[in-house]
Amino acid sequence: MALDKNGIAQRIAQELRDGYYVNLGIGIPTLVANYIPGGIDVEFQSENGMLGMGPFPFEGEEDPDLINAGKQTITAVPGAVYFDSSTSFAMIRGQHVDLTVLGAMEVSDQGDIANWKIPGHMVKGMGGAMDLVASAKNIIVAMMHTNKAGESKLLRQCTLPLTGVRCVTRVVSNLAVLDITERGFKLIECAPGVSVDDVKNATEGRLIVDGAIPEMKL
Amino acid sequence: MAINKVVSGPEEATRGIGDGMTVMFGGFGLCGIPEHAIAAIRKRGTRDLTCVSNNAGVDGFGLGVLLENKQVKKMISSYVGENDEFERQMLSGELDVELIPQGTLAERCRAAGAGIPAFFTPAGYGTEVAIGKEVRWFEGKPHLLEHAFDASFAFVKAMKGDTAGNLIFNATARNFNHAMAMAGKITVAEVEELVPVGELDPNEIHTPGIFIQRIFQGDNFEKRIEQRTVRSKA
Repeated sequence: MALDKNGIAQRIAQELRDGYYVNLGIGIPTLVANYIPGGIDVEFQSENGMLGMGPFPFEGEEDPDLINAGKQTITAVPGAVYFDSSTSFAMIRGQHVDLTVLGAMEVSDQGDIANWKIPGHMVKGMGGAMDLVASAKNIIVAMMHTNKAGESKLLRQCTLPLTGVRCVTRVVSNLAVLDITERGFKLIECAPGVSVDDVKNATEGRLIVDGAIPEMKL
Repeated sequence: MAINKVVSGPEEATRGIGDGMTVMFGGFGLCGIPEHAIAAIRKRGTRDLTCVSNNAGVDGFGLGVLLENKQVKKMISSYVGENDEFERQMLSGELDVELIPQGTLAERCRAAGAGIPAFFTPAGYGTEVAIGKEVRWFEGKPHLLEHAFDASFAFVKAMKGDTAGNLIFNATARNFNHAMAMAGKITVAEVEELVPVGELDPNEIHTPGIFIQRIFQGDNFEKRIEQRTVRSKA
């Protein structure tokens, strides 16, 4: 069984370590906050200017001055701090953020990522994504392995306009966990019930399968 | 004695803004936007503005009110298009749009205010943002040369300010307001509460008044929420 979006988020949450500062992108990455492993402390950075982002507010407690980078109303946890946008991107560019989780439309086997623009469609902008991918040292991409037509989104070369080059470190898809290496996507784990052949068939980029591949544990 | 920056209101605060100027607006989405200055510029009818703002407002609020009145020639933003009129003008070619990475936008503001004419950043290398820009390698990584903005006016919004222009922001409404306050040749601050000098604790001030040329207290901030998201108490 391929994972659903929550399954992908749950697997990515296993990458969190005690003391991490984490930036979560919009979409599947946001769900990672629902699966923080017990016994560890992490803090979420929102690039519009806060550390210590908490869950959505209860109805009636929304504050128009307190939003996340997706412009959604949120809350702050104890120990939270607010700062201006240039300080926020100093944290990002200066590699003070330990882990960045982003969605993607395409990833190449060299770690290029495309997630901001589809030619012929209304372009909304890259927001903070280009700053994040250009600087973060640890970038995990949360994505579906194929598009609705069944075509691979893990490619030899991206076809869409790029957000960043040679920057992704790991991909967690609905089918597998893969690391970006010099020689392409290295298969680390398969989702429960997904075979190595399933991953091979869904991956257009170079795929390295080294020995027996363990099943993902959720 | 502290220098007094107080003006009577948005009308006086926007005096001197002219057709074709480059103007900055603080805010992220609709959070922390200078809504009274925007309304006053709408009333003035100033045209052909180049607006530097992270976003472009929504239909009927924020920079949307300048767009629908056809006062904007060009938007420089990182994320736009939650706005039907914006999309129409962009697709018809009436409006010029320059999309730049959010951190680069913030730093181009900060640099302008800090006397740094240009800087190198890794954001956008290898993408269409890099087209026509000088690339230099530092510490084994490619960087793009980016230039400070040059803005005649910056309009910012704060929770509290004193008559000398010292500002305190609330929560994430600080966003671009601080760096843009530094960047404007004339920076106009609108605040929810204006207090006499001496009432703010100097330790708690976010933006020093030296960056502010005009300040006024706005009445009845609407502070609209763009994406109301809540959880249930169950």
